[in-house]
Amino acid sequence: MAEFDLIVVGGGLVGSALAWGAQTAGATTALVDEGDVAFRAARGNFGLVWLQGKGVGTPAYMHWSLRAGRTWPAFAERLAAAAGFDIGWRQPGGLQFCFSEREIDARREIIAQTRAEGGDIDISILERADLKALLPGIGDEVAGASFSSLDGHVSPLYLLRALQKAFRDAGGRHFPGFRVDRIDAGKESFRATDGTRPLAGKRIVLAAGLGAAGLAPQVGLAMPVRPERGQIVATERAKPFLPYATNCIRQSVEGTVLLGSSHEERGFDVGTDVPTVAGLCRTALRVFPALAEVNIVRSWGALRIMTPDGLPIYQESARFPGAFAVTCHSGVTLASVHALDVGPALAGGTLPPHLSCFTGERFDVPAS
Amino acid sequence: MFRRVEAPPSSSAGTDTFLFETREIPFRPGDSVAAALLAAGVAAMRDSPVDGSPRAPYCMMGVCYECQLEIDGRQNQQSCLVKARAGMVTRRQRGARTIA
Repeated sequence: MAEFDLIVVGGGLVGSALAWGAQTAGATTALVDEGDVAFRAARGNFGLVWLQGKGVGTPAYMHWSLRAGRTWPAFAERLAAAAGFDIGWRQPGGLQFCFSEREIDARREIIAQTRAEGGDIDISILERADLKALLPGIGDEVAGASFSSLDGHVSPLYLLRALQKAFRDAGGRHFPGFRVDRIDAGKESFRATDGTRPLAGKRIVLAAGLGAAGLAPQVGLAMPVRPERGQIVATERAKPFLPYATNCIRQSVEGTVLLGSSHEERGFDVGTDVPTVAGLCRTALRVFPALAEVNIVRSWGALRIMTPDGLPIYQESARFPGAFAVTCHSGVTLASVHALDVGPALAGGTLPPHLSCFTGERFDVPAS
Repeated sequence: MFRRVEAPPSSSAGTDTFLFETREIPFRPGDSVAAALLAAGVAAMRDSPVDGSPRAPYCMMGVCYECQLEIDGRQNQQSCLVKARAGMVTRRQRGARTIA
């Protein structure tokens, strides 16, 4: 007899959001987390809830992301109340900086495409003079920016802690330091084990990021994910100077200024390198020359979880119904819908119907 | 509060000073700014960027950041790592730095 209604494999942002959502929807849920040896994208994240331009060219993903963005305020309020602390969520709107008229034109193109694909989001162009009125400290090289009031930011660390605390407080069972290495599918139940301890659940969802690739085939799923490294630079704390989320600089609620982030194909190497860090700093200085005086306190590398086309996977196994795959590289932005839409659906044994286009089968084409 | 363990140099041909807030602080050659301040009885250097409480140097070796001052117009300088020089202008670091 299954001990749990649902086992969530993976205690990052995706798994923790699903687990909280499922537990509060009435499913007895186990959240199984590998531990500090895991790659933990959740702990290296920049913390943007970023909607402008997201999913352009793939309307289903755009609409899903926009739903996530519109759900964020209610989600953040509910989560902060459940966890009992401020998760650093702010929705002041987001600015993507442009350094040339050409870059501004590219943003105009994004706006036009968003509209053509039915994206319900206002994105506007701020010419240099308008931007300078908002942010007097911008550098001479900044030509303008695109702005969306739907964009926001959050502390990914507080978000993760809040989800796990809210999950446990709701009665969920959290198993840290439990590295699932084998899943056996039985009749209407699944058994996950780390080699010594068994956990039994009626349903199981793989949300283990890069760790899910090896587990998925055991339950008839395919999660072909690869790591993409991003590096981030953090400065000493400063008094509030940047009241917006932006594509490359973010000031946390504590005052730390984060400079991000790179996109690199470096396998599972989570290191940093001086040329990349210097490049992030150079870009930040072009935007805000006054940052030159600010001390850097650390930098780090973390791994995004990328599918071949960069879109999420939401799928139930055809061979082993009750086994699900969930993965994405936007664990922060999508946390709202993972907690409030997908988690409760999984508690009922299904996925939200409008996610049927995100199965992993789209990758089943022979390589030429 | 703090007392120097070494005797003053015998031929003290006038002592150099730097400015801390409104006070002239004497120092000996080789003193860090933080050491000279402690010897002069100044304890509170920065106010915590988290809760604004006054802080004094803890490690004196560049690790704890509690000795931060504004030195010659530059904020968040670790005064235990900066050698005192005549004529310096130093002030307490009041909470988190500003970005102009």
